[in-house]
This record gives sequence, structure tokens and C-alpha cells, in this order.
Amino acid sequence: MPDGSSGQFVRIAGLKRYFDVSAPWLVRMLERRPRQIVQAVDGIDIEIAKGETFSLVGESGCGKSTVARLVVGLYPPTAGRIEFDGNDMAGRRSGADMAALRRRMQMIFQDPYASLNPRWRVFDIIAEPIRAFGLSSDKADLEKRVGDLLRQVRLTPADGRKFPHEFSGGQRQRISIARALASQPEFLVCDEPTSALDVSVQAQILNLMVDLQRRFGLTYLFISHNLAVVYHISTRVGVMYLGRLVEVAPTETLFTRPKHPYTRMLLDTIPDLDMTGRQRSPVAGEVPSPINPPSGCTFHPRCPFAQDRCRAERPVPIAIEGGTVACHAIEEGRLPVEERTYVANS
Amino acid sequence: MAAPSNNPPLLEVKNLRVEFPTRRGTLLAVDDVSFDIAPGEVLGVVGESGAGKSLTGNAIIGLLEPPGRIAGGEIRLEGRRIDDLPYEEMRKVRGARIGAIFQDPLTSLNPLYSVGHQLIETIQTHLPLSSAEARTRALDLLKEVGIPGAETRIDHYPHQFSGGMRQRVVIALALCAGPRLIVADEPTTALDVSIQAQIIALLKRLCREHGTAVMLVTHDMGVIAETADRVAVMYAGRIAEIGPVRDVVKHAKHPYTKGLMGSIPSLGVRTERLTQIDGAMPRLTEIPTGCAFNPRCTERGGRCLVERPDLMAVGATRAACWQHDRGGVGPAIVREAVDA
Repeated sequence: MPDGSSGQFVRIAGLKRYFDVSAPWLVRMLERRPRQIVQAVDGIDIEIAKGETFSLVGESGCGKSTVARLVVGLYPPTAGRIEFDGNDMAGRRSGADMAALRRRMQMIFQDPYASLNPRWRVFDIIAEPIRAFGLSSDKADLEKRVGDLLRQVRLTPADGRKFPHEFSGGQRQRISIARALASQPEFLVCDEPTSALDVSVQAQILNLMVDLQRRFGLTYLFISHNLAVVYHISTRVGVMYLGRLVEVAPTETLFTRPKHPYTRMLLDTIPDLDMTGRQRSPVAGEVPSPINPPSGCTFHPRCPFAQDRCRAERPVPIAIEGGTVACHAIEEGRLPVEERTYVANS
Repeated sequence: MAAPSNNPPLLEVKNLRVEFPTRRGTLLAVDDVSFDIAPGEVLGVVGESGAGKSLTGNAIIGLLEPPGRIAGGEIRLEGRRIDDLPYEEMRKVRGARIGAIFQDPLTSLNPLYSVGHQLIETIQTHLPLSSAEARTRALDLLKEVGIPGAETRIDHYPHQFSGGMRQRVVIALALCAGPRLIVADEPTTALDVSIQAQIIALLKRLCREHGTAVMLVTHDMGVIAETADRVAVMYAGRIAEIGPVRDVVKHAKHPYTKGLMGSIPSLGVRTERLTQIDGAMPRLTEIPTGCAFNPRCTERGGRCLVERPDLMAVGATRAACWQHDRGGVGPAIVREAVDA
């Protein structure tokens, strides 16, 4: 087993995940249709250091949720490797070893209405990971643990007797967080944890996540399409487009000195709350189908700086200002880096 | 009969109440809501889920789902009362004078008919046009909402369109008979940010060109800040604050609006923590006495617990908060710790 020579906590290299969405074999033969493969994740590399929050942003269908599921092992990867604290997740090992690894990573899902079993009491929902990983043997200890977890997410131990339907969306998301923390994980994968919530509740949940991170030294992989939320919570940000990472950079750099044209486009779409009169420039076009992605750089049909090389050759990520960018225009130096400033809401 | 700009407002809502009879008594979901919209104006209605904003919109277009019903107040469109019209009469107003755009563009289109068919049907319901003329108009509408290749796309079915394109079709449908008012309920919520900007730009352009008024219902302050002329902030079935969008967004007068604005992550400064409003909006069965916001309010006084504030003028806006009354919020009350 190779150890984490890079010193990174989570290391993803050349990760690919393809989904076969072809028609059934017989239909394909009769109608002479080819196989159809969705390249949901098409070769990405990410390194996440311990204690940081790495965010993935992108439009729907860009593969960010697939990455989240691949990382926690809900999907097996088509190619590439995922290393968690020096352990290759695909490597063969005994069930007990695997469980020990799994205990250290948990996931929070987007929809708190769908991710809690409606027929279980909150106590049992939160106790399940503790029972499953055999972390507690006697009943008194289990009750104490669940009570503590509920208190950590600002609920009360008495809430454990209730059912999920008795809670609001924000409270349910707190229950999901308590469940995720139950196995004392070090790494949390959060797939759009606040996008189903109202803004005032979103603020409560984001504050809670920041508090918990500081208290337990958690590492987050945070998936979101909301750039303002990502700006608030992340250490570093990766921008995904059609299954590829187009830019990775420390948060401040990404927002003030965006490089990839797609990143700039995404930043342009953030609603202007400061009433500076800045017009959102609506970008023409939509995300193309990942079944037949455009040749070369997949962003070229929407890119105002596209040239022949962009249509023919897939750009490789190059290191720049503490991050990476996959863009020919940046590499050739024909697209100057742009400075952006923001006015804070008063 | 386009109304000149100085005439009475296009839409007047006065003391609107919407209630739901239930086994445990009647729930008041919209409580004494009044506002008006001028021709060509965009009024944003914002609030958290359950605040009553969509119900207000549905009451205006006459599509309240039973057992919900209008329990009081009146709604006037171009001076004519529309809340008590018989069903068939209201059907003629809806579509012809008021257009509607809903959140999910897939469920607001019929999957079994081509978009052209649906447009033509709507046009012919409201306008005396032949099929050929209606088709020409449908084509013009599709071009106007920016659907590329409208000549071929007109015969396509809803599933062949992407989310953003579908929402454009829905907007075209709402525009079929040249309505004076469009009620848009969360028109961009189901869409990606990049598409959201396109749809908002489109709505704004159409408003400007046709002088159509829009009631834009959304929970997204960003969309409101960019699109609306005026904004009404709703909380627990009532309007907490209403005024020109710039005043409300930049200088909120109601503690709830202030909290709401503070809880939106901002791009200028990275703060450790976001301002949060503790607690959640009360359920309709548990609306506290006095000001409905008082349990979550950081600026409350004794008066807020007993007396319910109405909207009062504060500069250009109106806010329902005792702070802005001469009597003030009353004696300070000691807040018990919210929780450990």
C-alpha cells in the first residue's frame, strides 16, 4: 500500500467515472444505434490538505455531485485513484480495514427531506453509525453520545424521541449533520448542504459547519453551485465544467483574479446585492451534453476567446499563482489576468 | 387600453386575507396584505418558505388551491374587481390580462403537445385569430423570448428543450395575449446561475418594451435586487417592509429585513461568521401575539409582545415595526439565553 508521500489528506488522481446510458442491446442492434456513454467525471486531480475546506462549483450536470459520491465510495471509479490519508480506497483489504476507513469519512446530502428515514426516530437515525461501526456497547453510553451530538448541532436530547417530520428543513439538516458526526469522522463530504434551505437558515447551518470544523479539526469537501456561499466557507475552490476541473485556486485568488474564461463567466452571474448598477452579463449558451462533449477544450463553444487550438486540443492544467488553470489562452498569455474588486454589503 | 402613467395603479390589493379551514380551526396564511403595482413596474415579493408570498400570487391569478380561500379584502386589476369573479369570467381575465410563470418549467408545459400547439391554443383562446395567424404570432413570440431556430423548434415537444429554453417557452406562453400583468412565481429558482441571468435579462427587457407590470415572487434577494423597482418583504403572512428596492436592500428598516440581508454571504469581506437570525419562522398555528417576528428579534421591547405593528412610513419605505412609531418598542425586556 503506497503511503501518502504527498502529505495530502485526500488525494484524487486522474479520476474518471463514465455512465453507460445506452438503449438495451436488442434495441441498439435493431436500430443500429451506438453505445452512449456519459462522461460525468473525465479525469480530475484534487488534493485536499487536512483541516481545509475544498469546494467544487459548477453548473448542474458538470459532475460535481458525482465526484462527491466517488470520494465516499458510493460509486466505484471507472479509472483513477482516490487516496485517503495515504490509503488507496480501491486497494484490496479486509472488511474490517475498509470499515475503519469508512468510519473516518461521512457525507451530508442536499435534501434533508429525502435523506432521513421518515419511519425512524431521530435517536435511531443518529445512533445508526455508532451501532454500525460498533463504537458503543452499552445503552447508557449510546444515549449519552446521541444526546451530545444533538446538543452539538443546537438541538436538545429530548428531540431524539421525535420523528423527522416534526422538524423544519433547517432542523433536519442539523440532524443529518449530527448523524454524519456520529462516527467521529475526520472528513465530511457535503453535497449542496444548504441549497434546499432559506437564506436565514442557510446562515445558521454554515455557521454551525464552521464551528464544528474548528472544534473537531474536520476537513470538508464542499459541493455547491452558490458562489457566495463558496466564497464564504472555502479555503480553496475548484471550478468544474463538463466533468473536468478548469481552474483550482485559493478562494481569494479565484474571486479577485479569476483566470479561466468560464470562472469569469460564473463570477459575472453572481447577483449584485450591492446595487452598484453592475449589470449581470448574461452568458449565451448552455452546458452541452456530456454524452457528446465538444472537442478540445469543452468550453470553446461558449468561450469568447476560443481559437483553432482550443477546438482541437484538450488543455492540460498548468500551475499559476498557487493554483492550476486548464486554458490555452492563459497558457499562451493572450488572455490577461483580470483584477476584480467587490464592495462589501454594508 | 394601455393606462397612462398617472392613472390609478394597474393592480391594487387591499387587505387581502387568505385562509385555510382545517380540523383544528382556521389558519390565516395571508393576513391583511395591501400593495399596488403601477403599469410597467416590477414589484418583488420576497420571504422565506411559508411566508405567504406564493399564496398572494395565486390569489391574484385566482388559482388558490382549495380548501384555501380568499377570506377578505379585494383585488382590483385596472380598476375592476377580480377576486369575486365567477370561474368562467376569471378564466378570461387570466391569460388575457394576467399572465403567469411558475417555478418548474417542466410541469407547467403539457408533455403530450408540441410547444407550438400549446402556444397556438392559448393564443386562439384569447385572441380572434385564424390558425395561420396564431402560428405566426407563436413564432414571433418564440423569437422574441430568444429561442434559436424558432421555425423548427416550434414543432418540438417540451422534453426536447433544456430547462432554460423551457422557461423561455413558458414566458412566451404567458405573453400570448399581451397581458398587462405577469405574476412570476420563482421563475429562476429551478435554473442554473448562468441561465438565471439570461431569464432575468429577458424578463426585464420584455417589461420595458411592452410596459408589462410584473409581480416577481422569489426567495432570492439577489434576483430582487437586480430586477425589481420596489420590494415587499413578507413574514408569517404579513408584509414586514415594503419600499423602493434600493432603500430596502441597502437601508432596511425592519429587523427581519436587516437579518435577512446580513445572512446572505457577501463577496467583499470574508467574515468568520454570518449574521444569523436564530430560530425559524413560526408555524401558522403558533403565530405569537404582538409582532410575529418578536421571538427572533434582537431589538424587541415589551410593546412588541402585545401589540401588532402595522406598516408605518419611514422615509421612502414602510415597515411594520414599533421602532418607527413615536411610542417606540416599549420597555426593554431581558432576553433569556437562546440556548446553550
